[in-house]
Amino acid sequence: MRKVIELDNIRRDFQVGEEMVHALRGVSFSINEGEFVTIMGTSGSGKSTLLNTLGCLDTPTKGEYYLDGISVRTMSKSQRAVLRNRKIGFVFQNYNLLPKTTAVENVELPLMYNTSVSAKERRKRAIDALVAVGLGDRLEHKSNQMSGGQMQRVAIARALVNNPAVILADEATGNLDTRTSFEVLVLFQKLHSEGRTIIFVTHNPDIARYSSRNIRLRDGKVIEDTINTNIQSAAEVLKTLPKNDEE
Amino acid sequence: MNITNLFKIALRALANNKMRAFLTMLGIIIGVASVIAMLAIGQGSKISIQNQISDMGANMIMIHPGADRRGGVRQDPSAMQTLKLENFEAIRQHSKLVSAVSPNVTSSGQLIAGANNYPSQVTGVNGDYLHIRQLKVKEGIMFSENDIKTSAKVCVIGKTIVDNLFPDGSSPIGKVIRFNQVPFKVIGVLQPKGYNAMGFDQDAIVLAPYTTVMKRLLAQTYLNSIYASAVEEKYSPLAVEEISQILRREHNLQEWQEDDFTIRTQEEISSMLNTTTTLMTTLLACIAGISLIVGGIGIMNIMYVSVTERTKEIGLRMSVGARGVDILSQFLIEAILISITGGIIGVLFGCGISLLIKYVANWPVFIQLWSVLLSFAVCTVTGIFFGWYPAKKAANLDPIEAIRYE
Repeated sequence: MRKVIELDNIRRDFQVGEEMVHALRGVSFSINEGEFVTIMGTSGSGKSTLLNTLGCLDTPTKGEYYLDGISVRTMSKSQRAVLRNRKIGFVFQNYNLLPKTTAVENVELPLMYNTSVSAKERRKRAIDALVAVGLGDRLEHKSNQMSGGQMQRVAIARALVNNPAVILADEATGNLDTRTSFEVLVLFQKLHSEGRTIIFVTHNPDIARYSSRNIRLRDGKVIEDTINTNIQSAAEVLKTLPKNDEE
Repeated sequence: MNITNLFKIALRALANNKMRAFLTMLGIIIGVASVIAMLAIGQGSKISIQNQISDMGANMIMIHPGADRRGGVRQDPSAMQTLKLENFEAIRQHSKLVSAVSPNVTSSGQLIAGANNYPSQVTGVNGDYLHIRQLKVKEGIMFSENDIKTSAKVCVIGKTIVDNLFPDGSSPIGKVIRFNQVPFKVIGVLQPKGYNAMGFDQDAIVLAPYTTVMKRLLAQTYLNSIYASAVEEKYSPLAVEEISQILRREHNLQEWQEDDFTIRTQEEISSMLNTTTTLMTTLLACIAGISLIVGGIGIMNIMYVSVTERTKEIGLRMSVGARGVDILSQFLIEAILISITGGIIGVLFGCGISLLIKYVANWPVFIQLWSVLLSFAVCTVTGIFFGWYPAKKAANLDPIEAIRYE
């Protein structure tokens, strides 16, 4: 198995006024290609800092982070931006779609910052990604004309479009109702089954049931790292849920 | 990040906020339009003054007696009697760069024709004077060399004189007008020239042979001034130099003595007037320039607010791989697009206003290409300059904070 992510004794300290806050106190783990990992923890456990580090938005104070074999710690800001562009797909809690912009244009966004992709290819890949998340019929819908679940699926399509080494989801179901949450989880499980590497950061312990591995953080340390041998199917649960009136 | 994508991104962002983009542009539109209109008005008046000056005779050289300092008392130059007819003859014979030269003597008094009278002065000149002052005889003839030789009591008069002495509209040719008891026969009427740039009525003149004025009116042997015309405008300074040498020799001036005459050219007058109009144009352009700067500050203001408002968008762009330089370029291009579009509209608007002023208010207006190019360049630079700060602010945002900004 190829290691997509390798964390080696990651520490991250913040200077807050006089005090030094240790957000991460030596985190080490590695994630192989094709894993669906949930990272859990209460607020203040350091999971946001860990997410920022994994997403190359932040660099650790100490320790080494290899993303797809590339050492991130010594990279400059713009080198990390390029790395994010090629290797990472973000899915945020509040979707973060560009307002008044169509689904296709939103999904095209990461490829706009990749010069090696032509305009034609960019559009084709964006459409493919939208079809993959089940929005093939809503390509030209603007972000304000879509429901929360649809917007999150556009966001997932945007995370897929650059064919990333890892998809980082930050509370991706946090803003959605139960049924829509499961629809999104079904989508993530589908992506997992297609061999995608997914890291899902959440404070919701239920989600761990649908992932292949669960890492729990507390006080900046990993306190639990378990492989889930009994992955539940989100699709099965979805069937049992009452249908929403709006959809 | 290639430039096409950057333009696409910036265009989309602007298209999403059309009203805001337009309002931002408005400042630039007004700024550029006023710069162009003001410069056009300034240039127009400059050119109209230049035309008037060349109407007055662009090559004209005026020689006046200079102040004398003998005995330590400076005299009024007009009281000096140092310019003589011999000096005029000397210039006429020896100067190579002068195409026409005329003595000039004036006598003030009242003109009387029948029941009408008008205060004026009679200017004693020769035939060259018409060429020097760019005058034309509209009706009748100019007096001849023979008239000068015989000190004939004939005159050529301007339109203002005609209007005042012959208000019934009858032709003055052949009529006799009296000036200080001396009768003059009108043999010609000059083509009207109107007022000159300094407000003198160029038609209120009576021309007579200089000999007549000197002998019959003034009984003086000296000249008030000598008018000459350089062969070409560019030779004026050389002609001045030449005349100066001739006069110094004529007046037996030693090396150490200063000139007892002054020579002025039309060029000096035109440069003096130009200074005035240039000052006016500069002032107008400055005011317009200030409005352009205010427009630029408007861009900065809106872009600045826009950066704060779009913090989240910036965070998102950074998280999907936009580098600081990409964000900087995007906002800079937005600012430049606003200012260039505003500039283009402003240029059209400014030209429109200028033409409106030209045809409706009948002001002399002249749109110069350089003023269009200049204001266009200035507004682009303004866009870059005032767009830079907000763009830099956007580029320096921390993606972690920006993406979570509410």
